[in-house]
Amino acid sequence: MIKRSLGDKIFDACNTIFLCGLMLVTLYPFMYVVFASLSVPSELVKHSGILWKPQGFFLEGYRLVLKNAMIVSGYKNTVFYVVVGSVLNVFFTSLFAFVLSRKDLYWKKHMMIMVVITMFFSGGMIPGYILVKELGMLDTRWALIIPGLIATWNLIIMRTSFQSIPYELEEAAKMDGATDFRVFAQVILPLSVPLLAVMFLFYGVGHWNAWSGALIYLQDRDLFPLQLILREILINNQTSETTLSSASSDPFLGEVVKYATIIVATLPILVIYPFIQKYFAKGVMVGALKG
Amino acid sequence: MSETTVSLQGKQAPAKRGSGLSGYMAMLKKDFFKNKYLYVLALFGLAYYLIFCYVPMYGVIIAFKNYAPTKGIMGSPWVGLDHFTGFFQSFYFWRLLRNTLLINVYELIFAFPAPIILALLLNEVRKAFFKRMVQTVTYLPHFVSIVVICGMIVDFSRLTGLFNQIIGLFGGEAANLLLDPSLFRTIFVASGIWQGVGWGSIIYLAALTSIDTQLYDAATVDGANRWKQMWHVTLPGIMPTIVILLILQFGGMMNVGFEKIILLYNSQTYETADVISSFVYRRGLLEANYSYSTAVSLFNSIVNFLLLIMANRLSRKINDTSLW
Repeated sequence: MIKRSLGDKIFDACNTIFLCGLMLVTLYPFMYVVFASLSVPSELVKHSGILWKPQGFFLEGYRLVLKNAMIVSGYKNTVFYVVVGSVLNVFFTSLFAFVLSRKDLYWKKHMMIMVVITMFFSGGMIPGYILVKELGMLDTRWALIIPGLIATWNLIIMRTSFQSIPYELEEAAKMDGATDFRVFAQVILPLSVPLLAVMFLFYGVGHWNAWSGALIYLQDRDLFPLQLILREILINNQTSETTLSSASSDPFLGEVVKYATIIVATLPILVIYPFIQKYFAKGVMVGALKG
Repeated sequence: MSETTVSLQGKQAPAKRGSGLSGYMAMLKKDFFKNKYLYVLALFGLAYYLIFCYVPMYGVIIAFKNYAPTKGIMGSPWVGLDHFTGFFQSFYFWRLLRNTLLINVYELIFAFPAPIILALLLNEVRKAFFKRMVQTVTYLPHFVSIVVICGMIVDFSRLTGLFNQIIGLFGGEAANLLLDPSLFRTIFVASGIWQGVGWGSIIYLAALTSIDTQLYDAATVDGANRWKQMWHVTLPGIMPTIVILLILQFGGMMNVGFEKIILLYNSQTYETADVISSFVYRRGLLEANYSYSTAVSLFNSIVNFLLLIMANRLSRKINDTSLW
């Protein structure tokens, strides 16, 4: 090992300081929201400058958020979209990817071209809306699931991965009289469990964060996913009058409720994030290297 | 076995046999019957792409019609290029063009290099633990929904919000930052960097792992310090990746998604904040001007596509790297 020069040491020190600063800048907004959500409203409003700890301790905000009927219903709907949506997404994506990964299929090339074209051209928002309307899916849960059933990028990742499965395995199954669908369900899928997990995560996080589809296609508030409810509360500032009127002895309660809402809505992602992070990073690289 | 060979050869088979169209059809037929179950399975995927990708593409023709929901796409009268000329002559055209392009120019200048710089700096970190920690922390905002991120921005930008508290510490005047049109682009792009810099660095970090370590050894022997190694070994090593992503960036120069825009803008900041996609959303869905907004959106897609082709050509000429 060559001895580190003074310049190297200065470089390393600056680099470490810079990266620590970056971490602070990344995390502090979230910390601020956590602190604010736990603060006593009147003291939070009085506080000025940077917040380094909760001002007092206060859980009423969280209690009100969990009592809010819209948030509860948004949560339920989002869970539905995430679970049912991702299952259908992964099933149909892998099924089509399986077909497109077969070796000796004459129309495969044509089908691939048809798929790839959609990465460059799309009808856009309005023709999509008209289609969903004509199909009678407006204001139904299906409007958030069916139009995005197969994501082309994920389809290509799955196809590439299926192609790398040795052909002999499938040939053996076919010798035993397995149909194409059984090859798919009993040979290809079991061999692709890690990939399927990644795809569930991709689609699942996508559904969890999605809101513009609901904005475009849904009117019925009972079908709204959590993110659309959050938009009303956080952006349009409708700090759910119903929630506040019940216990509005404190005029600043709305502030704290807002922060608590952010935390309640983000917590699931924050909890599973450390576990899913590395799969996601892997998925990005698969796409980057093979795409 | 002979069956497999025929269909594997695909296109060439009829030409070789010289039996022309009929041989070709026979081959297709054979392929179709042999793989009929596969084709049945393909139906789901094909139906999806046809209905949800190609039907809307066909629906784009309403840009040349006066679409009325009661008459349907077929029954609505043709109006030629009226919607396009109407848009080009309107007051909105230049404003939308300017806003859409400027946000992209800002992103190209500030947001594009940020992940590259982060990846280069992370590459210089010697302690694996520290590197992993920085990565985990900086990837995090990518997973937080855009609604929550924008909710935080809206809250922090208020008169009493965090941003104003910090501005106050440095002796600045408090103001509602999201009501100031001159700040919109800064807020939009800066928050985008904050959210995306870590995640964006992954792809460069992956490219970095493929650089031959012997190059660094050779550079050290030649007396290159860390800075010079970064400049002359690491950066050229990830240049192909940078170029590919730069092409994509150029191809999207006329593209700004409407989601984050409509979460952050308001009628007071339309002047700098309104972009083509948010305008399409407002005109099309809120005001039900279907044909007009489809024309605007089609114009946008065409320009985007031309840009992508141009960027790809250019890079093939200069750099020998291209998307296709």
